[in-house]
This record gives sequence, structure tokens and C-alpha cells, in this order.
Amino acid sequence: MSTVTLPEDGSFHLTEEPHHPEGGNTMLGFWIYLMSDCLIFAVLFATYAVLGGSYAAGPDPKELFDLDLIAVNTAMLLFSSITYGFAMLAMQKHNSNQVIGWLLVTAVFGAAFLGIELYEFHHLIHEGAGPQRSAFLSAFFLLVGTHGLHVTFGMIWLFTLVIQTRKFGLTSAMQRRLSCLSLFWHFLDVIWIGVFSFVYLVRMI
Amino acid sequence: MAHHAHSDAHHGDHHGESHSHGSFKSYMIGFVLSVILTAIPFWLVMTGGLDSRVATILSVTGFAIVQIIVHVYFFLHVTSDSEQGWTMTAGVFTLVVVGIMVSGSVWVMFNMNENMMPAHDMVLGNPEGVVQSE
Repeated sequence: MSTVTLPEDGSFHLTEEPHHPEGGNTMLGFWIYLMSDCLIFAVLFATYAVLGGSYAAGPDPKELFDLDLIAVNTAMLLFSSITYGFAMLAMQKHNSNQVIGWLLVTAVFGAAFLGIELYEFHHLIHEGAGPQRSAFLSAFFLLVGTHGLHVTFGMIWLFTLVIQTRKFGLTSAMQRRLSCLSLFWHFLDVIWIGVFSFVYLVRMI
Repeated sequence: MAHHAHSDAHHGDHHGESHSHGSFKSYMIGFVLSVILTAIPFWLVMTGGLDSRVATILSVTGFAIVQIIVHVYFFLHVTSDSEQGWTMTAGVFTLVVVGIMVSGSVWVMFNMNENMMPAHDMVLGNPEGVVQSE
């Protein structure tokens, strides 16, 4: 281990760049992006933790949140996670029709999640508990809304990949893109664990 | 231990592709664990929780942490050997920063709220804000 072999031509630099396959660093790069996204959510969670008790004489979580609705919403996102997993398994088997099928099932669950969330937001705002009502509600809408916005962009990305998979088949570039969306989609589910635990459940105790 | 569970999924991989994909079995294990780890805290809170409020909060937090680990391992496939350990390194670094940021914010703001809060009885009954000596 400790002996260093000198290059025979006496040069100490690499005469040729080591060969990297195209996109070889994409997954790691995308992971780094996800970690930076994780920091954004951490800031929003911290904001909610600090401001979550400032009701400004307005409604508190126990008056506002409907846990049954949140449980259904959580189930939707969890189902969409496993169906995306099935899409990845179909990708490993190079079955592009199956990939598209599972992606569309994932999209249905994702759309159901977004629909329920929009219904909840609409209901809250209709009751006069909009983001401008109190610091608690501002922080709530900011955190849950940012997550919802991520899911929305994930859906756009998902439909883009459905079209591209139809067009190009499961080329290595497509496999890379599907793997990136897989990370993104499962990452959003991880964030949602934090949301339902700390935004909803803990405040309902 | 963490390295062995996915080894069967690596057979079809090209050389140089170090990210693992997981198998049907690992996805299903992850899914079933997630369902259980989601259902228990919901059930706990919906049925009124444990006797002590703090114990309920701590158990909900505990289930969340375990479920996050389950997701990261079974769905995101982060193990100590994916991408030569760089995903794990970046993840742990992020975790440390997140921990400092969240706990620090809560700690500082809690203390500030405690210390800056006007003591109501003092202000109301005593315009000068002087503490009555005993």
C-alpha cells in the first residue's frame, strides 16, 4: 500500500483523462441536488416548528386538520411510491410497455394526492384559514404547498418521460432519466413522512 | 450487513454502474414496513394517544425516523457502497446540517420567546414594569 510506483515515462499527471461513460455521474449529481432540496425543506420545517404555535387568536390545528383526509392522502403517496418501484423493476426487465403502464398508475395516485391536497387547501381558505390568517397558517401553507409544488413538477416530469419512453424506448439515457425521477419521487415521499408526522399528527395530540 | 441484501439485484448490472436497483422482494418489504410504520402513528393519534402527551409525541417522532430510514434504504437504495460511498457521505452531511439548523432554530427561538415575552401581570398591574419587592 505504501509504495508508490512511478510512471515509466516520468510524467506525474495523467496523460489521458480517465474514461467516464456518458452520464456516469448523473445519479450522484442528482443526489446532491436532492440533498440541497432537503435543506430547503429543512428550513421550512424549522419555520413551521418556530411559528407553528402563533395562531394570532385564529384557529389552531385541532380545529382545522382532518386526519382521515390526511391518512387517505398519505396512502395515495405511498401507493404511488410502490407503483413507481414496479416501473423501475419493469425497466430492469426492459419491458417499455410495462414501464409506461406503471408510470401511468403512479400518475393516477399522484393526481389523487394533489386533488386531495387542493381540496384541503380550498376548504381551509374557504373557512377563513388562509395563509394570511396567522403565522402558523403561513408556515403551514408554505411547507405543504412547497411539497405539493414538487409533486406537481414530478407529475409534469413523469408525463414527459411517458412520452419519451414511447418515442425512444428504454435506451440508457432513458433509463438514467427514469432513475432520476425514481429518486425524486421517493424523496418526496420521504419529505411527506416528515409532513404528516410533524405538521399534522404531532399537532393533533 | 447492509451490503448483502441487494447483492442479488446486481447481476444484470453493467460494469461501472454502481447504483443499485432493488428487487421485487426488497420493494415489497419496504412497502409493507412503510404501511405498518404509517398506520401505527395515525392509529395512535386518532385513538387519543398514550397517557402521556410527551410519550405520544416521542413515539410519533420515532416511527417517522424509522420510516425515513426504511424509505432511504428500500426505495432510494442508499447504502454505504452506492457511488463509492459518496451518496451516503452527502446524505450524512446533509443530515448534520439539517439537525443543526432545525434544532438550533427551535432552541434559539424558544429561548427568545421565553425571555422577550412581556410578563402580563407585571405590565397590567404596574405601568412602570417594576417588580414589586417583597
